Amino acid sequence: MTGRRLEHGGQIDRAQALRFRFDGRALTGHPGDTLASALLANGVRLVGRSFKYHRPRGILSAGPEEPNALVTLRSGARAEPNTRATVAELFDGLTATSQNRWPSLRFDALAINDLAAPLLGAGFYYKTFMWPAAFWERVYEPLIRRAAGLGRLSGAPDPDAYDKGFLHADLLVIGAGPAGLAAALAAGRAGARVVLADEDFRMGGRLNAETFALGDTTGADWAAAAVAELAGMAHVRLLPRTTVFGAFDHGIYGAVERVADHLPDPPPGTPRQILWRITTRRTILAAGATERPIAFADNDRPGVMLAGSLRAYANRWGVAPGKRVAVFTNNDDGLRTARDLRAHGVRVAAVIDARPDAPDPRIDGARHLPGAVVIGTSGRLGLTDVTVRTADVREFRIDCDALGVSGGWNPALHLTCHQRGRPVWDDRIAAFAPGPDLPPGMAVAGAAAGVPSTHGALHSGHAAAAEALDALGRTAPPADLPQAEDAPLALRPLWHVPGTRRAWLDLQNDVTVKDIAQAQHEGFGAVEHMKRYTTLGMATDQGKIANVPALGVMAELTGRSIAETGTTIFRPPYTPVSLGALGGRATGPTFKPTRLTPTHPWAEAQGAVFVEVGQWLRAQYFPRAGETHWRQSVDREVLAVRAGVGLCDVTTLGKIDIQGTDAARFVNRVYCNGFARLAVGRVRYGLMLREDGIVMDDGTTARLAEDHFVMTTTTANAGPVFRHLEFARQCLWPDLDVQLISTTDAWAQIAVAGPKSRTLLQRVIDPGHDISNAAFPFMACGAVTVCGGLRARLFRISFSGELAYELAVPARYGNALMERLMERGADLGATPYGTEALSVLRIEKGHAAGGELDGRTTAQNLRLGRMVSTKKDSIGAVAARRPGLNTEDTLELVGLRARRPDSRLAAGSHLFAPAARTEAANDLGWVSSAAFSPHLGAPIALAFLRGGAARQGEVLRAVNLLSGQDTEVEVTSPHFIDPDGERLRA
Amino acid sequence: MPDLAPLTPLGGTTPRRDRIGGVTIAEACDWALASVTARRGRASDAAGRMAAMIGTALPGPGAMVRSGDWRAVWLAPESWLLAAPLAGQDDIEARLRDAVGDAASVTEQTDAWARFDITAANPARVGALLERLCNIPPARLTPGAATRTVFEHLGVIMLRETDDSLSILGARSSARSLHHALTTVARSLA
Repeated sequence: MTGRRLEHGGQIDRAQALRFRFDGRALTGHPGDTLASALLANGVRLVGRSFKYHRPRGILSAGPEEPNALVTLRSGARAEPNTRATVAELFDGLTATSQNRWPSLRFDALAINDLAAPLLGAGFYYKTFMWPAAFWERVYEPLIRRAAGLGRLSGAPDPDAYDKGFLHADLLVIGAGPAGLAAALAAGRAGARVVLADEDFRMGGRLNAETFALGDTTGADWAAAAVAELAGMAHVRLLPRTTVFGAFDHGIYGAVERVADHLPDPPPGTPRQILWRITTRRTILAAGATERPIAFADNDRPGVMLAGSLRAYANRWGVAPGKRVAVFTNNDDGLRTARDLRAHGVRVAAVIDARPDAPDPRIDGARHLPGAVVIGTSGRLGLTDVTVRTADVREFRIDCDALGVSGGWNPALHLTCHQRGRPVWDDRIAAFAPGPDLPPGMAVAGAAAGVPSTHGALHSGHAAAAEALDALGRTAPPADLPQAEDAPLALRPLWHVPGTRRAWLDLQNDVTVKDIAQAQHEGFGAVEHMKRYTTLGMATDQGKIANVPALGVMAELTGRSIAETGTTIFRPPYTPVSLGALGGRATGPTFKPTRLTPTHPWAEAQGAVFVEVGQWLRAQYFPRAGETHWRQSVDREVLAVRAGVGLCDVTTLGKIDIQGTDAARFVNRVYCNGFARLAVGRVRYGLMLREDGIVMDDGTTARLAEDHFVMTTTTANAGPVFRHLEFARQCLWPDLDVQLISTTDAWAQIAVAGPKSRTLLQRVIDPGHDISNAAFPFMACGAVTVCGGLRARLFRISFSGELAYELAVPARYGNALMERLMERGADLGATPYGTEALSVLRIEKGHAAGGELDGRTTAQNLRLGRMVSTKKDSIGAVAARRPGLNTEDTLELVGLRARRPDSRLAAGSHLFAPAARTEAANDLGWVSSAAFSPHLGAPIALAFLRGGAARQGEVLRAVNLLSGQDTEVEVTSPHFIDPDGERLRA
Repeated sequence: MPDLAPLTPLGGTTPRRDRIGGVTIAEACDWALASVTARRGRASDAAGRMAAMIGTALPGPGAMVRSGDWRAVWLAPESWLLAAPLAGQDDIEARLRDAVGDAASVTEQTDAWARFDITAANPARVGALLERLCNIPPARLTPGAATRTVFEHLGVIMLRETDDSLSILGARSSARSLHHALTTVARSLA
């Protein structure tokens, strides 16, 4: 036990205790604690094992940059691996488990990797898993997969809800430290719509972690007062617990608000997290800075921490991370840690200051060692002492159980890079600062801009807001800012202490100074190469701590400056974003919208099995009692249509209302066959080509009046065809008087098919409408009324090849009409049929559908070449005459019939001559649709066959290598049923 | 009158009504709808005839008007959606055709849409709901605003008639998905 809770201080509620568990141990903390501060308060230093070598690791930082203290939070389905303990807000009942260890954190068997370290250096993956090739998938991949990663997913569905939303602001302020609060206050007081987001649960940033005064109050109290003022402004939106993770195009920022992560369970209905898409005119990035360590031998031992974090634990959380601490720094900020800890009554053993001319902070009981460096540490599972080498090259040990290290501060400029902005090296702070190419509308203030002092942060925040307000046409109020410290950093760069033992740069990925040297030695010295060769800066912390020190080391090795060495840049997200938040409300069956047909309630009541067709749910078939296989249902439905009458909801076919004095000319130009002279009250089958001559869609179009057509499309192409027509109307022929609107949803359309369909329709259509064969022949259409005056449209068209009609009524009556048709047709054998039977019927009739209109086939392929009129121009007609599309041996639509009724024939099979080898060179074509025809009692198919029209009667093989089928088929006409169309004209 | 019983877009015999938190989401089936799109070069003629019929000028982009029983919503350039109370026999298409003659094309749209009326005693709740639904600043959707937008992959028309109400029109076939989205968000805010 080294760390402990201090008697006084900290922004925690000591009156209330929160119980939590770490690796099964029962511990307590207080509201205001993070998991990390509570663990330290309980004396827990060892919290995890490193990725590669399984080295014992402790808490390094107090913020989102934490590379070590990654735990699995919660349990069961809510278990979340790789949670940074430093940002996990403590709640009552929290459970956390350490990761990447077996059997226990204190004794980890895989720590043996550490002994093999010489074999596991940078790039070892690229050298090790090469031979033999047969091992790649069977041995190496499973091995690497088992070793890779830290935490494990639960594998169970996420029980929580997530949401998303949209915010709009004049000014987005990212970070609520001194700069962000000053900016938000200025903009809020000026009346601008402000969104202020901070990833912490307590706004104030470093003001909460420091002890110096702001005016006549503490930083934390000033921050609290500023937040209270902002909360009182209706036009200011405060988003605590919200990480802005990305700067995207057009002033759009992505942010995740952790609504319920700090609660034991989200209240019912409440989302756990909300993904906000923030659209803003201006942005001020006030994300602060991240402290960086100095690398030295064995600097990864639990107890070695960032100096600023060490004092943050003391100041903000009232926690002394050790009984006896030391500080190793190269700048004045590190001295604050020694001062603050001493002020809290913690023993400070030494201030080891790398600067030879370092000022003596005069800390009671502490040795001041200017020009000294730490060259080693001891302690198996946690720090017990450090070895120091002084300016006069004396080496000795100093007992301490916590060491605060400060190598300087790196501006948190990640979001400035999200649109390819490159940071620039700033010698004054010995760090990369935001470059000139910021995302449009963004300004950077405070420590994120490389301004080191609190005074500077406050004033740069106000100034950035004033500039933004000016651009927004508002006037900034006078700066009403408190007096604050304005000390220089006085930093002397030091990246690593040379030595023979391993000195760690990236603690998350186990990358050492030696690895950087090895990368450089092996030709991977360029920063982008170094990153990938060593894995430096990858995984959850994305190198927030490691990147700049590694660049410093690389610069030393190559003898170049860091500015010349350059840096990798950052991409979103700034910190990990859960996939649940990205998915938002769209999960499970509600992942995408579902469209239901008007007769859906009726179909459900019939026990229909539904199938997804694009967004639609359609009845696939209607099983009846005693039917044990879908084929039995489908065969019955097909035969019922051919013998009596069947009913099918065909509402899903697209319906486009086309009106205007030029409607006929328009339709005539979008279809390749003639439509100009289609008579009013008649329907015609139309074939629509793309500009390149390939078939786009087909369907029937009815002429309801001289200036009024209704076009139907296939279900899948309803949207694309409408878009195509709108493009033609607006862009190709703006001179035509044409108006388009979709009416797909407005009408319930029911196919009534079979020899008894007319009899059935006569029972529901109101008297006075003559639908006899003479008055209403094949391809007639017209307005009728049904069931006592309901407006309806009747089309005599047939997909099945039988006498058939489609009857359309206002959608709200579709369900009742279906019930009425079933009831009135009971004695005629009226049978509902689904999409499977529909497909069998059309294959038997040789009608093309999705399988045939696959975006590759031409009218010639479909043997509809003569439909492409040469007497007029239409979209695609010229391109359809290209020689390449009109060769002698072109693919042509044929029918196939299996020679053996019990054989199987599958769509996707390829056709071969009986003796040919099944290889691509001998491929004669493919099967586009297949079904069992109950009418013929054999499997049949539609297929595209080379020179197919002339091959009727030939015997071929349909081969499906995936399912191992090799089926003997006879080439037939694609029209298996009634090739002369006598039935449909009956 | 037809002797068939209509269903609501959600498939019920009566419109559904959900009260969640301080928000009411009510399926509404009481409007007859039709689109009116001017014929080429006839926009002012069509607009004039429509204004004479409904008693006020047709709205411009992003807006709706209400005049007596009529509501008119701007839909696209020279195109509007007209709404009138749906009373028994639906004849809105015929009435509009009579009014505009050959100056515009009229298409029956009553059954193409599902409509949900969202009301809240506290107008801020309507704004909060909007914030979670779509990328429209609630401050811009002031009374009299009408706009087409997308949420949950659904194309919708949003009508803001008053401060404390919002009507959302979506495709009838996806009414259940629309309703699910609205009630989920309302519960998330409750």
